[in-house]
Amino acid sequence: MNDSETRIVIAGFGGQGVVLTGNVIARAAMIDGRNVTLMVSYGAEMRGGTANATVVLSDGPIASPYVETPDVAIVLNRPSLDRFEPVMAPNGHVIVNRSLIDRDVEREDLTVTSVEATSIAHELGNVRATNMVAMGAFAGATKLVGAEALAEAVRLAFQEKSAKLVELNTRALHAGLDAVTS
Amino acid sequence: MKTGTEKLFMKGNEVMSEAAIRAGCRFFAGYPITPQNEVPEYMSHRMPEAGGIFVQAESELAAINMLFGASATGARCMTSSSSPGISLKQEGISYIAGAELPCVIANMQRGGPGLGNIRASQGDYFQATKGGGHGDYHLIVLAPSTCQELWTLTMNAFDYADRFRNPVMILGDGILGQMAEPVEPTPYEPVCELPDKDWILDGCKGREPRVIRSLYLRPAEALAEHNRHLHAKYDRIRHALPRAEEIAVDDARLVVSAYGMTARIAGGAVHEARRRGMKVGLIRPITVWPFPEEPFLRAAEHARQFLVCEMSEGQMIEDVRLACQYRRPVAFYGQGGGWYPTPEKIFERIAVLYEECR
Amino acid sequence: MRFARPETLYDVPTHYCSGCGHGITHRLVAQAIDDLGVRERVIATAPVGCAVLMYDYFNCDVIECAHGRSPAAATGLKRCLPDRIVFTYQGDGDLAAIGTAETIHAANRGENITVVFINNAIYGMTGGQMAPTTMIDQVTTTTPHGRDARLQGPPIRVCELLSSLDGVAYLERVAVSTPRDVIQAGRAIKKAFQYQLDGKGFSLVEVLSMCPTDWKLPPVKAAEFVNEKMKRVFPLGVYKDKG
Repeated sequence: MNDSETRIVIAGFGGQGVVLTGNVIARAAMIDGRNVTLMVSYGAEMRGGTANATVVLSDGPIASPYVETPDVAIVLNRPSLDRFEPVMAPNGHVIVNRSLIDRDVEREDLTVTSVEATSIAHELGNVRATNMVAMGAFAGATKLVGAEALAEAVRLAFQEKSAKLVELNTRALHAGLDAVTS
Repeated sequence: MKTGTEKLFMKGNEVMSEAAIRAGCRFFAGYPITPQNEVPEYMSHRMPEAGGIFVQAESELAAINMLFGASATGARCMTSSSSPGISLKQEGISYIAGAELPCVIANMQRGGPGLGNIRASQGDYFQATKGGGHGDYHLIVLAPSTCQELWTLTMNAFDYADRFRNPVMILGDGILGQMAEPVEPTPYEPVCELPDKDWILDGCKGREPRVIRSLYLRPAEALAEHNRHLHAKYDRIRHALPRAEEIAVDDARLVVSAYGMTARIAGGAVHEARRRGMKVGLIRPITVWPFPEEPFLRAAEHARQFLVCEMSEGQMIEDVRLACQYRRPVAFYGQGGGWYPTPEKIFERIAVLYEECR
Repeated sequence: MRFARPETLYDVPTHYCSGCGHGITHRLVAQAIDDLGVRERVIATAPVGCAVLMYDYFNCDVIECAHGRSPAAATGLKRCLPDRIVFTYQGDGDLAAIGTAETIHAANRGENITVVFINNAIYGMTGGQMAPTTMIDQVTTTTPHGRDARLQGPPIRVCELLSSLDGVAYLERVAVSTPRDVIQAGRAIKKAFQYQLDGKGFSLVEVLSMCPTDWKLPPVKAAEFVNEKMKRVFPLGVYKDKG
């Protein structure tokens, strides 16, 4: 309804860090001074199967934190692509974790950014950084959030855990950015 | 400048918890229930840091009765739950209202009746505003629609409770509790004058013993007198507290009304209608008890029709009809059971009704 | 024991029936509070039941609670004011039926409060219905043919039930049906308050008490009923003492 509004969904299976990814993107948007909401699937919904987080970015007031028709989807596994491809907004943008998704996006109106997120994370030393690689690809391809703000948000998200995790996830973020911009 | 970094970014449940602590809440008792589990979890670590007390109660019934005791000592106190748990608390809420003890109760509403589901809902409006427990009493009921407003109204809730010696309910829903958005952590400032708590129980050293009770057996007219006293207070609250936000109502032919999360979503639809040159406004009650009647009566002068949106089968609509004194038709858009509206769907409804208003 | 009125009781007649144990127990509680010199630090919770009006008799701060919820309210009081002396006064319906969960969990948390529990095996205020402590074959207005274990279950023994909980510091069952019992009851109640003063945790004294009116017995026979019937089902003694 709001022209400046962008509705993003991050989806994958439980344990792929979709909630954390949503949190980092939302915090980065906040650092960029934008309005943002984050909504995470909760309760029994999140037991098993796919998990998703939705982020709405806007320069005006955000009416609803829920996303029915995403403008952008970051899909980390095949079931998530199957679920969200049909409901994407016209001319939407899908960031696909090619390492785990063995099919092409069928809709011709969608822009597709493919990234070997899991393979790249594996090369960096930890497949659990798949989400950060995909997030970097999202940032590089859509320019919806600033790379600096994302790096700061990654630092904020991991600094309480360990310096090593900050370093790994920052490298993963940059690897994702590089994968789509080089 | 990284303007974002001074702000909090937490789920609504956590925003509310932190605001309560900043407002001086020092006793929290609660019981886990989705979608408000972040409240007891947050309180369990923040309350001791703030020098307060957190108790995970054995039931909602016990939690509200722990507040009955804590409030009697003068402590600012709070409990939270979601719909089925709020039903369990009704006994204690009635006693607290009868004994005129201040406290704050949050309801992050979910689908009902019964166990319902865990999705957001607004099916507890009647329960919150028309009674809920037994007897002739009222809660003050606040309905925030953003995390920022949740922050402010939570702080206000403690002040209103103390000012009127009355329980205050924060009527949220599962979306508000679960969503996160940036919040400016404005410092706590009392929103009204706070009377001395000269009624608390702390041992009768240097004074006559005090009794806190809701029992009025003798003389025969004592309870009627107590009810009159309560209702004189409710009249003062009706005079002092009604609050509503009005958006583009002055020239509106169609006035939409909604509270809480639904009002925020409806706001998007009203904005779209205005963008397209349609004279549509929004009245968003911030207090749902006392209900802000005046804006509706005023709007009924020029509006041809009202549209009420709720995440229920229609509860607040009854108050809107009363507030506009049935002068204009009041249409409804909503559904119960864990459904939520989108701005697009509300706009579609507005567009249809607006044709009738031309 | 002094025979003057304790300061913790007002000089007013009570509404209790002739031969009822509440008056004696009130006196023992008040005496214990006087003896410990803590009246001005006491906050009492009144129950729902015959003692619902105890705030008219006790010369201290009192909060009148919902039926069975006193241990929860006392938790709120005591946690907020840990240096005050908080006691609940509860009957068998209040403590062992409608408030069973509140009782067990306050005990299990080891709340540093004192519970005075009146067990008279019947519901007094509502007119003589079955209590959770009504004995097998005891006739009440809701067990007209006597309590039948197959239909209503056997009576609940509260001290025994609570004795397994680690949070409990002190449990004793006493009676107020003979002068000797009254003296022991007074000692137990005072000890329970002393344990709270010492921060030892949850203490409860169960008082076997007479209800002549609803037992439909004259006062002397009612005292005999406690001695001959109730003490067999509910043996007196200390059930837990952390020392």
